[in-house]
Amino acid sequence: MTDHASEPDEKPESRRDFLYLTTGLFAGAGAALALWPFIHSMNPSADVLALSTTEVDISPVEVGQSITVIWQKKPVFIRRRTPEEIQIAEAEPLDDLPDPQTDTDRVIKPEWLVVVGVCTHLGCIPLGQKSTEPRGEWNGWFCPCHGSHYDTSGRIRKGPAPDNLLVPEYKFVDDTTLLIG
Amino acid sequence: MSAHTQPSGTGSGLVKWIDSRLPVFTYLQKEYGEFPAPRNFNYWWNFGAILSFMLVLMIFTGIFLAMQYTPHVDFAFDSVERIMRDVNYGWLLRYMHANGASFFFIAVYIHIFRGLYYGSYKNPRELLWIFGVVILVLMMATAFMGYVLPWGQLSLWGATVITSLFSAIPLVGDSIVTWLWGGFAVDNSTLNRFFSLHFLLPFVIVGVVALHVIALHVTGSNNPLGIDPKGPQDTIPFHPYYTAKDSFGLAIWITLFAAVVFFAPNFFGEPENYVRANPLVTPAEIVPEWYFLPFFAILRAVNFDVLFIDAKLGGVIAMFGSILVLFVVPWLDRSKVRSARFRPVYKWFFWILVLDCLLLGFVGGHPPDEKVFEGIEGLKFINLGHLGTAWYFFHFLVLLPLLGMFEKTRPLPTSIAEPVLGGGQSAAGAAAKPMEKA
Repeated sequence: MTDHASEPDEKPESRRDFLYLTTGLFAGAGAALALWPFIHSMNPSADVLALSTTEVDISPVEVGQSITVIWQKKPVFIRRRTPEEIQIAEAEPLDDLPDPQTDTDRVIKPEWLVVVGVCTHLGCIPLGQKSTEPRGEWNGWFCPCHGSHYDTSGRIRKGPAPDNLLVPEYKFVDDTTLLIG
Repeated sequence: MSAHTQPSGTGSGLVKWIDSRLPVFTYLQKEYGEFPAPRNFNYWWNFGAILSFMLVLMIFTGIFLAMQYTPHVDFAFDSVERIMRDVNYGWLLRYMHANGASFFFIAVYIHIFRGLYYGSYKNPRELLWIFGVVILVLMMATAFMGYVLPWGQLSLWGATVITSLFSAIPLVGDSIVTWLWGGFAVDNSTLNRFFSLHFLLPFVIVGVVALHVIALHVTGSNNPLGIDPKGPQDTIPFHPYYTAKDSFGLAIWITLFAAVVFFAPNFFGEPENYVRANPLVTPAEIVPEWYFLPFFAILRAVNFDVLFIDAKLGGVIAMFGSILVLFVVPWLDRSKVRSARFRPVYKWFFWILVLDCLLLGFVGGHPPDEKVFEGIEGLKFINLGHLGTAWYFFHFLVLLPLLGMFEKTRPLPTSIAEPVLGGGQSAAGAAAKPMEKA
């Protein structure tokens, strides 16, 4: 680069160095900025984002039953919990939880538990929606992939998953209609 | 340029005309004709040629499969079944491609262990080795994305599990996963981009293979003795000696490949992947293809928190670390002696490493909580996973540097030709003797 600069005086090079440096810097920054449209094109597109809310009629769900609905292409577990399940979930001491969170922080109405049915470990769908499926040691859900157990509040109790099942944004439009997202 | 490069017979005028404008014939003659290769290659040196063949085969079958395949979640599974049932020889193309991936990995693992045994990564071949590891990483990415394309249950759930690994990265993990997916789950956007990249990456591999081979032709090949050729008596021209030897090995390889393609085409596959992908039902057990099982075992072996790193991130770090550690092997191994033939201690640890990788593969294929032996309560697969993972890193990070310092190596022969052409100090007088092929 500086082959003819081996002469002792380097001072006269500084102006040219400056030009090289700024040109290179601008070219580099321009190239990096030009990459952004390509990178961003891989993010969720408008039509994918448009699927971001789901309305659910929950009137047919009996106490003790669960339903699975699709929201953003992911399953959402809606469980109408029994009084015992609610009581167990609320009575759980926070010290026993890997990801401490009270049951009341996870529900709007205690009877209805709404969680995204995706294991927080590596994205499998936990079992336990049907009464015939294994529900794990805490009677909530059990992920067959790597053995994570969730309780009746969807909180992680045992296994490799780091977090509780995610509670999505939702609200009750009226007593029998739920809007997720 | 030079007269000796010209083949005799017709066409030499044309050859000369082309060669003086673009010296491809000179190049081929120099690099694959008279290229001086050590005279003592054994059959472990066949795998470079075998791998080149596999790469070409995969690209060739892949291009024809792509003519019949539809990268859309609603049609992908059916289009693959159509290839199997309706497309002329579609079954053959697909079985060659699917089993080709397995044979590609068998060959590349043998090739890597060959390099580890004979110290082929050592000065001056560090960069050659690094290009090789880059090829391995590209192969793994390509194979992973290719497995998603048939859109069976394991395609979908394998993709979900592996892409979710990136969610372990602190702060930006979830955004990265959404970006990789192009949505909020593995879906059509994901399938589309995987198809695009699965088509692209093999050609990137071709490029890196070219660098790998160019670097090889600068330093020259290593050999089973691990000592440098000292003169013409130590080498033979690549053609016809090694073209013939490579062809013979390749013929055996293709025979084995054909036996699997025609008589056991689903031997390496999982039946579960013949079930159409269902985003609402996770299969009872998600297992990757066999060639990922050791890495899968390492991923699952870290089921405990280390300081502020939780188990999930720890597993991901260990899994990627198990590949990244290969990049620095040339600097971890401090021994000046290349070949394990003259390293009595390393030789044993090499074979233990091979067994360890096989053990990890075995562990990766079983659920962590399953008992290894029926009736023995204490020993579960996760315990073997801990052991295997610990040994893997211990080998590279502790044993290799220590052996370089403390191992007493055996004396090296004075030249490659010496054991072939008879002992004594001077190999010069022996050069006239008839050549014997090892």
